[in-house]
Amino acid sequence: MSSGEGLRLPVPRAPAQHRVHGPSALSGDVRRFWSLTFTLARTEFKLRFFGSALGYVWTLVRPLLLFGVLYVFFTEVAHVNSSNNPGEKFYGAQLLGSIVLFTFFAEATAGAVRSVVDRENLVRKIHFPRLVIPASVVLLALFNLGLNLIVVTIFALASGVTPMLSWLELPLIVAMIAVCAAGVAMLLSALYVHFRDISPIWEVISQILFYASPVIISIQTVKAKLAHKSFIGFNLLHVYMFNPLAVILQQFRHAMITHATPSAGQALGSWTGLLPPLVLVLALFAIGFAVFNRAAAKIAENL
Amino acid sequence: MSCGAAGIASVLSKPLSTTIPLESAAPDASAQAAPIAVSIQDVSKTFRLPHQQYSTLKERALHPFRSTEYDELHAVTDISLEIARGEFFGIVGRNGSGKSTLLKCIAGIYGVDRGRISVAGRLSPFIELGVGFNMDLTARDNVVINAIMLGLSRREARLRFDDVIAFAELEEFIDLKLKNYSSGMLVRLAFATSIQVQAEILLIDEVLAVGDAAFQQKCFEEFYRLKREGKTIIFVSHDMYSVERFCDRAMLMERGDMVQLGDPREIGRAYHKLNFGHLPHAAPAHEEQASGTVIAEAWFEDSSGARITSVSQEEQLSMCFEVRLAEELRDPVFAATLRTELGHTIVVARSDQHGHTSGSFAAGETVLARFDLPSWLTPSRYTLTPSIAPEGTGENALALVEDMASIVIHGNSSGGILELPIEVRIERR
Repeated sequence: MSSGEGLRLPVPRAPAQHRVHGPSALSGDVRRFWSLTFTLARTEFKLRFFGSALGYVWTLVRPLLLFGVLYVFFTEVAHVNSSNNPGEKFYGAQLLGSIVLFTFFAEATAGAVRSVVDRENLVRKIHFPRLVIPASVVLLALFNLGLNLIVVTIFALASGVTPMLSWLELPLIVAMIAVCAAGVAMLLSALYVHFRDISPIWEVISQILFYASPVIISIQTVKAKLAHKSFIGFNLLHVYMFNPLAVILQQFRHAMITHATPSAGQALGSWTGLLPPLVLVLALFAIGFAVFNRAAAKIAENL
Repeated sequence: MSCGAAGIASVLSKPLSTTIPLESAAPDASAQAAPIAVSIQDVSKTFRLPHQQYSTLKERALHPFRSTEYDELHAVTDISLEIARGEFFGIVGRNGSGKSTLLKCIAGIYGVDRGRISVAGRLSPFIELGVGFNMDLTARDNVVINAIMLGLSRREARLRFDDVIAFAELEEFIDLKLKNYSSGMLVRLAFATSIQVQAEILLIDEVLAVGDAAFQQKCFEEFYRLKREGKTIIFVSHDMYSVERFCDRAMLMERGDMVQLGDPREIGRAYHKLNFGHLPHAAPAHEEQASGTVIAEAWFEDSSGARITSVSQEEQLSMCFEVRLAEELRDPVFAATLRTELGHTIVVARSDQHGHTSGSFAAGETVLARFDLPSWLTPSRYTLTPSIAPEGTGENALALVEDMASIVIHGNSSGGILELPIEVRIERR
């Protein structure tokens, strides 16, 4: 206290002054960010799991039904893939795995679009890192992906797939698709605050991505049809593989189901070909974060 | 650190000096040295209100150069304020005066456009209770989630859980889903969660408007207890009664500006003037009565004869009105009825009370009726209904104008409708 006065009782523990900053994407410490994200995701998961009588079954039924329809149609009716292709070994397991991964991406991004607006009551009433909202949506989708991957593994083992050392690549593959989904999730949820037609637009894009990725069609078929065609100077195969989802799904099929189908690098002919999609994923994440961060400060007032 | 804060405090001891001494805050926080808990410097906040609420991408693509039009709403303009640690500070103002916006700026929910806000310690916003409560989850889950939202870690949240339930008195219902709770139980649970966050600074935005009287009482007791522990409380309300009763200091806001800062009672007076400030100088248009006798004007006066719209408790008050008579009358009955805003009659003053008579009047005369009384009423707004009736029962009025003038009484409330001068004597026998 002031030096003029001699003895003075010390002021009981005055907390340090700190400046109040407005809301932002990542204000506060990492622990709070994580515990909030985890809590929100866990709550949603719990509600879905225990909320209805069949709970988790419903989150699995959709990809399984889609799988059933596509499997029957593309193996029994329309022969898009040449049946003597070795890459088509364990086609069922490849298809199911791809569907599950794609479902994760679709669920995370579609769920994120409206997430910030739907959590309006939180955004307007509490100061917390805004990024928690889309992050929790992605995390929830990751929980579901975890459970679904167990089902895929059981299915794969049952159809004769033998465990391989390359299964260790799985965390990397999941991380890659999660980063990709998170980037898109941040971007869309921030844009939706201003542009309400993002929601239907994204539904369409999501559909297009489903068919533009090796979910139904095996990469060999794509290669056979596209390898020698070009579009304004670009090799169409490279255009196809510029889609990060194509790279991720193909690598999953190679690493997890069978080496008979080429890895993403092999499909492109060289590992350097993987750089553009990788850069795209990181760029998506960076742009998504930047856009969200810019919007975060004003979300509460723009809702 | 604390040196700097104390320095600012002594420089700014002027506004702080109006503070009613806190009964039992920190003993050394008496005169000038209370550390600053919240410091607001030249803060402004403007909202942009686009004419069109939501644009679409399609529209953007079709009209890329059309600029979006918007209005600017200056919710808070250049507010500077220092709130000492342990202070119970009130912010009052009418709807849309910017008080809630300021609170949200302090809480960090809105970013400020200019200026800076600093706080010392953790904030607990009571801006709305039970934010993020999910009706499909049990009380146990919701309390933990809510506590994490308010800034606790998962471990802390679980540790405090028992205290929360004990405070809310909901021990038997912890595993019940919230959708099966009554609204009162919900409020109790939410309040208990927020209070257990153990923040140094509490921001309260009229949450106490919910809940019954007993619960509100409990809330205020809890706030008092926290205040005694040296917590700082910022309370936003338009209930002047609570502000006058609990706050050490208050601020009146109007259209984003700080109008006045100081003693809650003075703020209360200023607030009421702002709210109900129109003097009934111009006689209100009223339908001519069949009798032709009209009440031209009605007003309140203080003891010096000045017209007033608000008065402190225990001061002398006069209810006055002027009547133009259309006929010759002998001993007419003049009456003034004082009612609350809900229409409950509190006082009826009649000129024929206790056998008095008013005298004889000729047609065309203007008569002033005046009733003096002490304002021993609970703080509220009251309206005056003047009337005149012929001699007799006084039932068929010659003229009557409902709620012709109004007065606001401020002061303390005991909870009853009358604040009589009561002498209290407690003796040991």
